[in-house]
Amino acid sequence: MAKRVGIEVSIAVSEAVKLARAEVIPAYPITPQTHIVEHLSEIIANGDLDAEFIPVESEHAAMSCCCGSAAAGARTFTSSSSQGLSLMSEILYIPSTMRLPIVMVLANRALSAPISIWNDHQDVMVQRDIGWIQTFAENGQEAVDLTLHAFRVAEDRRVSLPMIVNIDGFTLSHMIEPIELPDQEEVDKYLPPFKPRRRLDPRKPITMGPVGIPEVYTEAKVAHDQALKASRKIILKAWQEFADIFGRQYNPVEEYRTEDAEIMLVTMGSISETAMTAVDKMRDEGKKVGLLKLRLWRPFPSLEFRRIAKSAKVLGVIDRCLPPGAVCGPVGEEIRSLFYKVPGAPKVFNFIAGLGGRDVTVERFEEMADKAAAYAKKRPKELYEVIGVREK
Amino acid sequence: MANVDAIVGWKTITFGCDILEPGNSVKFRTGDWRSQRPVLDKDKCIKCGMCWVYCPDMAYVQTEEGYFEANMEYCKGCGICAHECPKDAITMVPEE
Repeated sequence: MAKRVGIEVSIAVSEAVKLARAEVIPAYPITPQTHIVEHLSEIIANGDLDAEFIPVESEHAAMSCCCGSAAAGARTFTSSSSQGLSLMSEILYIPSTMRLPIVMVLANRALSAPISIWNDHQDVMVQRDIGWIQTFAENGQEAVDLTLHAFRVAEDRRVSLPMIVNIDGFTLSHMIEPIELPDQEEVDKYLPPFKPRRRLDPRKPITMGPVGIPEVYTEAKVAHDQALKASRKIILKAWQEFADIFGRQYNPVEEYRTEDAEIMLVTMGSISETAMTAVDKMRDEGKKVGLLKLRLWRPFPSLEFRRIAKSAKVLGVIDRCLPPGAVCGPVGEEIRSLFYKVPGAPKVFNFIAGLGGRDVTVERFEEMADKAAAYAKKRPKELYEVIGVREK
Repeated sequence: MANVDAIVGWKTITFGCDILEPGNSVKFRTGDWRSQRPVLDKDKCIKCGMCWVYCPDMAYVQTEEGYFEANMEYCKGCGICAHECPKDAITMVPEE
């Protein structure tokens, strides 16, 4: 039987990678992801996992090794954060169009300057368009479950795409939580050995990653885009199979008290837990407020989101990223586009909160819900508002 | 240059844009980039093969007589052969 233990989330993620029987782990340590990589290195050094740990000289090298490893047909895992992820940037676009499955757990952290080791989503939003499948975990259990799910989806021969599991730095990565670690037998049932569609093999030489002349580049990119969109079905199916084996059900968009909700807040990641407390409080006060939690970010779950959110009058979309000079935050922009000129669509307001580790409290969620309700009656001048900034 | 009509669409492109046929670059005739061609003076040539060694495109082949001649379907006219020839037997002349 699976056992429920009190464990640091980073350590639990490493244990999930061990249960997934990862074969190659090229990784470079960076706060707040360090414990994941450290613990995996220990697990392998102790002989508890038959894998190659490659202590690379940079994240640029880490992702390059991941590409080679996945191309050779090995189950590949890495982990990063913030500046480290940015250093990988050049390589991140490569395994996705090349259809190489790699699983990366990203402990989300702000980007410099000023230097910040604390949590927000700017690191991943910079990499929004790398063409990887991206999910967001809300708590430690989800971090473990989504890691196992990521291997299952990424390596599915119909998908064969790299995948990022986002976990909030510190807020999740360094918390000790009660987490149910599944049995090896169950994980083996869920996650068969990796059988790639093709691999580097000297007996059957092929060229991976060749030049794409103007006559084929567009077609290669469209093939990638279509594959990412088509992965939606497999992502859902893998969540269903996960529920059948482990008893926990996941959805691309999770709803919380959305029945008859006029105002819906939209969150990603760990702030969703505080948001639920805030929704409970507002419901107790008779306010018709609900919560939508985006679990799947890429491919964007347009169908599900439209279906669930259309009954709301107002959406308060919370971004944990401030893109200077943009129309609004990336999640806000996405949802505005989704509802643009849709008859009867909810009004969309965008709040930017929780930058660089700033707590988003219950009071802040109440403030955002109240503001969204007020803005629905009187349109604000700006298309986004930074919450909790000191105006002096 | 590549035959555009023969190139596949997004539904039929190889998985991950792989090239499945090893060594197929010989089909990519790059000689039409050339603006000048190497011309050999057989009186000066000692058949040493330095042009064959240095040619970055492996365009040179040895003839039955033992001379080395560049295949004009691949020669890009870079002039390295002319530069390396110890007997100055190769002259670069502009393509008309």
